[in-house]
Amino acid sequence: MSAVWIVVLAVGAATVALKAVGPVLLGGRELPQPLTGVVGLLAPALLAALVVTQVAGADEYEVVADERLLGLAAAAVALLLRAPLLLVIVVAAATTAAARALG
Amino acid sequence: MTGSRTELRYRDGARAIAPIAVAALAFGVTFGVLAREAGMEALAALTMSATTFAGSAQFAAASILGAGGGVAAAVAAAALLNARYAPISLSVAPEFHGSPARRLVESQLIVDESWAVSRRPDGRYDRRVLVGAGLVLYACWVGGTSVGAAAGEALGDPESLGLDAAFPALFLALLVPQVRSRRALAAAVVGGAIALALLPLAPAGVPIVAASGACLLGWSRA
Repeated sequence: MSAVWIVVLAVGAATVALKAVGPVLLGGRELPQPLTGVVGLLAPALLAALVVTQVAGADEYEVVADERLLGLAAAAVALLLRAPLLLVIVVAAATTAAARALG
Repeated sequence: MTGSRTELRYRDGARAIAPIAVAALAFGVTFGVLAREAGMEALAALTMSATTFAGSAQFAAASILGAGGGVAAAVAAAALLNARYAPISLSVAPEFHGSPARRLVESQLIVDESWAVSRRPDGRYDRRVLVGAGLVLYACWVGGTSVGAAAGEALGDPESLGLDAAFPALFLALLVPQVRSRRALAAAVVGGAIALALLPLAPAGVPIVAASGACLLGWSRA
């Protein structure tokens, strides 16, 4: 088997297992009490981390401030003005695209 | 109003994710193109999108292969990038019912975006919303990959359209309603700070997994 296919199958199998671990092993059962509080905070913690890595991440070992940051700032303003989600996303993309076109 | 409440919630998920679907489609096409350039045949690229269904890990694996990196490096990078799915899948576990096979299949529709839109105000997750959103994203991602892998060139550069900024904007929009309590705000600030601090220091994927440790702030308060 070629290296490409080994990677495809190994990454696929690992990801299937990572996504399935909760629903297959624990599916339908409530989490143990101490874990409930922990899992409740997973969304804010992970979402904040995703915002940071998606806006400031680059190739390995780098933090960058580029046009994405302007897009995110514009999205934040749209959110403050209570714009609907679609508009927030369009504003972010359009601002970033405009900054790149001008830059 | 048509359809039962059940159907509506699947459709609610599809509707909730629609704003980001165009970006997912465009990056699916880009992955197909990059995978071919990295020396992956079209079927391999398509198989990866259909089984892995996680953008950042796929881009990392393909670029490492394309740069002549080894199998071990490509698999390790992708596995690290997807390690966050272990805590994510635990968080939604109570909502998945039915046979183990059904739970296995439905769990594959978990991606950052479908997980995030399925969170309810009471802190639980709505499995039907997750599945509805996940199906739309899956169709866009796999369909986009097949277009990119077959056409061999992107229809347009998603980055020149600013579509890479769509994802942080989505996550910010989903984060805002979650930080109503002091504990949630603290978890968001600590999680974001951990990710920012580790970005220049750790391999891709590690900052996000480490940031999920911020949810330990909720340990004793259950």
